[in-house]
Amino acid sequence: MYAQMVKSEPTDRDPTPEEQAFQARIDAGEKIEPKEWMPEGYRKTLVRQIGQHAHSEIVGQLPEGNWITRAPTLERKAILLAKVQDEAGHGLYLYSAAETLGISRDEMFEQLHSGKAKYSSIFNYPTLTWADIGAIGWLVDGAAIMNQVPLQRTSYGPYARAMVRICKEESFHQRQGYHIMMKMARGTDAQREMAQDALNRFWFPSLMMFGPSDKDSVHSKQSMAWKIKINTNDELRQRFVNETVPQAEFLGLTVPDPDLAWNEEKGGYDFSEPDWDEFYEVLKGNGPCNRERLGARVTAWEDGAWFREGLTAYAEKAATRRAASATAAE
Amino acid sequence: MPSLPDMATPNVTELAAGRRGASRDMLAEVPDLKPAFFEWLCRMGDTTLILGHRLSEWCGHGPALEEDIAIANTALDLIGHTQMWLNLAGEVEGQGRSADDLAYLRDAMHFRNALLVELPNGDIGRTLMRQFLFDAWHHEMLGRLEGSAVTEVAEIAAKAKKEVAYHLDRSSDLVVRLGDGTEESHARMQDALDILWPYTGEFCTGDAVDAAVAKAGIAPRPEDLRAPWLAFVGEVLEEATLDMPQNGHAQKGGRQGRHTEHLGYLLAEMQFLQRAYPGAEW
Repeated sequence: MYAQMVKSEPTDRDPTPEEQAFQARIDAGEKIEPKEWMPEGYRKTLVRQIGQHAHSEIVGQLPEGNWITRAPTLERKAILLAKVQDEAGHGLYLYSAAETLGISRDEMFEQLHSGKAKYSSIFNYPTLTWADIGAIGWLVDGAAIMNQVPLQRTSYGPYARAMVRICKEESFHQRQGYHIMMKMARGTDAQREMAQDALNRFWFPSLMMFGPSDKDSVHSKQSMAWKIKINTNDELRQRFVNETVPQAEFLGLTVPDPDLAWNEEKGGYDFSEPDWDEFYEVLKGNGPCNRERLGARVTAWEDGAWFREGLTAYAEKAATRRAASATAAE
Repeated sequence: MPSLPDMATPNVTELAAGRRGASRDMLAEVPDLKPAFFEWLCRMGDTTLILGHRLSEWCGHGPALEEDIAIANTALDLIGHTQMWLNLAGEVEGQGRSADDLAYLRDAMHFRNALLVELPNGDIGRTLMRQFLFDAWHHEMLGRLEGSAVTEVAEIAAKAKKEVAYHLDRSSDLVVRLGDGTEESHARMQDALDILWPYTGEFCTGDAVDAAVAKAGIAPRPEDLRAPWLAFVGEVLEEATLDMPQNGHAQKGGRQGRHTEHLGYLLAEMQFLQRAYPGAEW
C-alpha cells in the first residue's frame, strides 16, 4: 500500500467504442495484458501507481535496514535481512511490471530521485528502537496487506500476479513483526516501554498509509472503474483498525487514541482521524526523515554509477569479442 | 607457551583415518584436543559472522537492485554458517554457551576472525574484491572439510559449500567484468586488490591450533590451501586484466585475537542490545 493519493486520468468526454469495449472486458473480470490495447489514461495511472509502490518497497528497505547491524540475535539478524531482501525483491517485480507498460526502470529511478515520483509517507519516520522493527512488521506490513490482498484481483495481469507473490511474503513479514512485539511486550520493563513507545509513534502514521478519505474523489472513482483500486481508503482503514485493535489488546499495549471505542451498530471501531496536516507536510518533503531517505537512494545510485558503467563496458567488449571470433571461424 | 599435547596417539590417528565415521566422541577420548578444536571452530564461525555483518551493511544501499539482493543473500548464507559453526563451538566447549552468547557477549580480544573480513566495506569494488579473495579460500577450505574426521564438521562443510560455490561464481564473475570494464572500474579494482592483498596471507598461515586440528584429521593445514588458492585467484585476476600484487607481507593476528581498530566499532554496534539489556530475550 504503498500507493497513496495516486492521481488517475479521468476523461470528461464520452467514451470511444474502443474504450467501451475495454471497460466491458474489465467489467467481465478479464485481465488486461501488456501488448493489448488500453486507454492512455489507464496506462499512465498504472505506471504512476505501480511506480509509487515499487519506490516504496526500496525506500522501505532503509528504516528497517537501519537495525540489521544491531539485531539482537543471530536468528533475528537473519530474519530481518531476509525480510529487507524480500522488499528489494518486491521492488524488482514491481519495476518489471511497470516496464511492461513502456517505462524503463532507469526512468522511474530518475523520477524518484528528482522528487517527481512519490513513495509511501510511512518510510519518512525514523526507527528509534528495536521495537520499531516489530511495529513496522506488525502495523506497516499489516496495513500494506489490507490494500494488497484485494489488488491480487486488479485488472492489469502483471500487477495482479506480482501482488500474489508479494502478499505471500508480506504475511510472513507481518507475523515476524508481531512476534517481535510479543517478545518485547512480555519481556522486561524496558522492553515493554520500547514496545508501547513504538506503537505510540507508528499508530497514526500507519493509519495515514491508506491516504485521506476519498469517497468523493473523481480519481478514485475512475481507478475503481478500471479495477486498479478495489476499495476506498476509508473502507481499508476501518478494516485495518478492526483487525489491529484486538491484536494490540492481546499484547497488553494501549492504542494511543482516547476516542477509540467499539461501535456495535456499525460493527467496527470508532477512532480518531490522524493529523492530516502532518500527512501533507510529510508528502511535501517535511517529514522527519525525507531528506535522509531520498538522499540515501540518490547516493547509492550515484556511487554505483562506475559499477554499472563497468559492467556495461565489459558486456560490450565481450559481445565484440564474440562477434570477432565468430567471423574468424567462418 | 605451553607445549602442545601429543596428538599422535594411535587412537586419534585411527579416528581420523575413519573419516566421517568418527564424531565428537573423539573429544571424550582425546580431551586435550578440545581447546584447539573450540578455538578453530570460533575461527570459522567468527570469520563468517563478521563478513556476513559487513555485507549486511550494504542492504538498501547497493549500486543496483539485483546487486543489493545478491549481497543480502550472501550475508544471509554467512550468518547461517555462523549459527552452525558457533553452535558446534559452544557444544565442544561444554560451558553452556550458545552461538548467540559467543557472537554477542565476547569482546574483540576473544574474536578469532581473520583481519580481512573486519575491514570496512569501502566502495562496492573493494567489497567485491574482498568477497572474491575470501570466497576462493572459503570454497577450497570447505571442500577439504567435507572429508573431516568429525562428522559434524563434514556436514556443515557440505551444506555450506553448495552456497559458497555460488558466492565464488558470482564474485569471480564480477571481478572479471569490473577489472576488464572501464578505465575507472579497472583502476578501482586494482586499488582494492592492492589494499586487500596483505590481508590474504593470514588465511594460509597456520599456528599451533591449526596444527593440532590438522593432526587430528579435523581440518587441512592452512599452508596446504595456499597453492590451489593462488592458482585460482591468479587465473581470475589474469582474465580480469589485474596485476597480482608483489607485496608478500602478510598482516596477521585476527585468528589469534589481535585485531584492527575496526573490529571494536563493529562489535559495539552489533552487540548493543545484548550489552545494554543483559538477560533480556528478543
